Amino acid sequence: MKRVFDWLGHRTGCGRLVRAVLFENIPGGARWRHAWGAVILFALAVEFITGFFLWLGYSPGSQTAWESVYYIQNHWPGGWLLRGLHHFMADALIILLALHWMQLIISGAYKAPREVNYWVGLLLLLLVIAAATTGYLLPWDQHGYWGTKVRLGYVGLTPGTGPAVQKLAMGGADLGSYTLTRFFAIHAGLLPAALVALVIAYWALVRRHGYFIGESDPPKTGARYWPDQALRDGIASLAVTVIVLIAVHVSRSAGQGTSPGAALGAPADAFDRYDAARPEWYFQWLFQFLKYFPGTLEVWGAVVIPSLLLAVVFLMPFAGQWKLGHRFNVAWLLGIVIAVVVLTGISLSQDRNNLDYRAAVAQAERDARRVRVLANAPAGIPPEGALTLLREDAFTQGPKLFAQKCASCHRYGGEDGTGRIPKSPQSAADLKGFGTREWLAGLLTPDGVASTNYFGGNKHRDGKMVKFVKKDVANYTADEKEKLRKALAAISAEAQLKSQVAADQRDAGLIAEGRAVLQNGIRCTECHQFHTTDEDATAPVLTGYGSRDWLVRFIGNPAHPDFYGDRNDRMPAFGADQVLDARSIGLLADWLRGEWYEP
Amino acid sequence: MNREGSYPPPEDRRGFLKHCCAGLVGGALALVPIGAGLGGLLAPLRRGAGGAQAIRVTTLDALPADGVPRKFPVIAERIDAWTTYPPAPIGAVYLRRTSDTAVEALNVACPHAGCYVDFSATTSTFHCPCHNSAFTVDGKVTGPSSPAPRPLDSLAVEVRNGKEVWVTFQNFQTGRTGKIPVA
Repeated sequence: MKRVFDWLGHRTGCGRLVRAVLFENIPGGARWRHAWGAVILFALAVEFITGFFLWLGYSPGSQTAWESVYYIQNHWPGGWLLRGLHHFMADALIILLALHWMQLIISGAYKAPREVNYWVGLLLLLLVIAAATTGYLLPWDQHGYWGTKVRLGYVGLTPGTGPAVQKLAMGGADLGSYTLTRFFAIHAGLLPAALVALVIAYWALVRRHGYFIGESDPPKTGARYWPDQALRDGIASLAVTVIVLIAVHVSRSAGQGTSPGAALGAPADAFDRYDAARPEWYFQWLFQFLKYFPGTLEVWGAVVIPSLLLAVVFLMPFAGQWKLGHRFNVAWLLGIVIAVVVLTGISLSQDRNNLDYRAAVAQAERDARRVRVLANAPAGIPPEGALTLLREDAFTQGPKLFAQKCASCHRYGGEDGTGRIPKSPQSAADLKGFGTREWLAGLLTPDGVASTNYFGGNKHRDGKMVKFVKKDVANYTADEKEKLRKALAAISAEAQLKSQVAADQRDAGLIAEGRAVLQNGIRCTECHQFHTTDEDATAPVLTGYGSRDWLVRFIGNPAHPDFYGDRNDRMPAFGADQVLDARSIGLLADWLRGEWYEP
Repeated sequence: MNREGSYPPPEDRRGFLKHCCAGLVGGALALVPIGAGLGGLLAPLRRGAGGAQAIRVTTLDALPADGVPRKFPVIAERIDAWTTYPPAPIGAVYLRRTSDTAVEALNVACPHAGCYVDFSATTSTFHCPCHNSAFTVDGKVTGPSSPAPRPLDSLAVEVRNGKEVWVTFQNFQTGRTGKIPVA
């Protein structure tokens, strides 16, 4: 073995190189603060290694990117850990480099002859942020898609070359597969190569000009890199690793069901509004800053002022040559830090108090959880991509359609289906549990029928049904109440609801009695039809009441003679007037009936 | 500033401990990112040969009574990484009637390099277009000029309900003398 090494060392000189690094004399001896650079190098190495492994499973493309990341995350052994490490170590790297950059300014390490050191260090920070920004799009989830769309919009605002740069970055007029292939090539090809070059340059420059300025300790003998400094470097790196692993773990337990490891939202959907869009934490300040630049002023907040701030930061080595230059630089740094902290704080607190935003976040998490359930279903992910799973899913689309088209009059458990309280007053029924025995029983109580949860909010409040319930049902004898109970069970059974399968089977006798009561023995069929044809019927047909077919037809045209006829109050004919397509009406009906895939 | 020398022996027990610690810490650091990725890298090895399942290919009526082989596509759902494809051809078989109720099935893939063989009714042999392997009607290699290392791969056939032909479809590693299922 030794001979092999000797031979290799003789031919390549690598043994000498290893010794040169390992036994290099460190001026002033081993120090904890010397470990900073090693930790940054270590974090970069972790990004490269985990990035390579992720590359093994990633497929850039608008129908494969999310899907391949989903697969890494949920079907690779330890895939969540791999993504989590890559994600949170990138955060750690940004923090480490930012602190290092601040330290360079505060200690005056940008002064001659170290100007280039400073620029290279600053560039390292900026390139790592660029890598994080491009990497953020690659999973092609709602978060990355909308975040990138907004950012590229700001790029487009830049006077002059902005629109061209924006188009080049997107690979076309809008975000799509070409945006992914371009971002991926930059993220996994160009930026890593540039980072390696910069790290080598930085290392060479640091060696040329010495590690620290004002190093007063005389070089001690025996303070070699190995093992004293190596051990310190290793322990510091280990500490960062442990913190990152804790972050991965916390994210894993917090996002259980949605996103163990690192967040993975629902697949990008250009046609689904995404109100939960927020930048990553290191740009949250800019997000808040832009709120102060409405309309045409936006270009100032998004491009001009940040560019000027950065330009000053770049020119600090020259500013430092003046008498008060160093103080100016430190003050500038302090100003930026305070502004970033304050703006981030304001933004977070505004979001915390913004109910709409919180509802949007809850909605986004619901979609992310749901698509994972659907992708895991036996039917799997179709070739068209996982987005179709959500688009065809009643559990996902029902609430959104309800909120958009129904909740201005109706309610769903007092809300609009997505957890928000509609602004317009309720004028039609609360449809949560529509067709169930409980819902029907509520309708048949004197207090219930006239409440806004049934007919209280519209012209039917003076109709025959309300009068019937208030006068007749209110004075029912025990015997009549029992008849009504049976009739309601029979009507409810028409819906064949998933939630009542067991009850309908158990109460088959009761339901049969109820059907008989409805034919003859209760006044319902004076106005309603129930398995008989009655041309004089004036109220919605009870045959198949609440079934999918009944609901689809009702939503399609409530003014049809089978339903409210010309007594329809104000409900639009969603199908007949082409407000909604057949697919959407079907999804709404399925959702109201509780029909969706469950594992 | 650089001092070069041979690897210095540990001077004392404390020094030795330091060497061990530094080595251990370095090893642990390398293990974290590499370990996290190895699971995904090596996952294909852990996936065994997926149990080949019987697929309905055709009915007995479609098979010539005289025992001439006929080619049928095998249509099944296919899963490729994260994508589940709707039923589509995943391969093909030659079916040959050996009696009124018995059928033999041969995978069309040549066992030499995996090209699809053709049946020639005039010579009553299978012929591979890639390297000229030839097989008799029951799949045996004809003569030493064929590069194929083994006969065409026979597949299990089951006739269900008196007429449905179900084939347990499987591909086998090419170029080998034995039939080794492709995982």
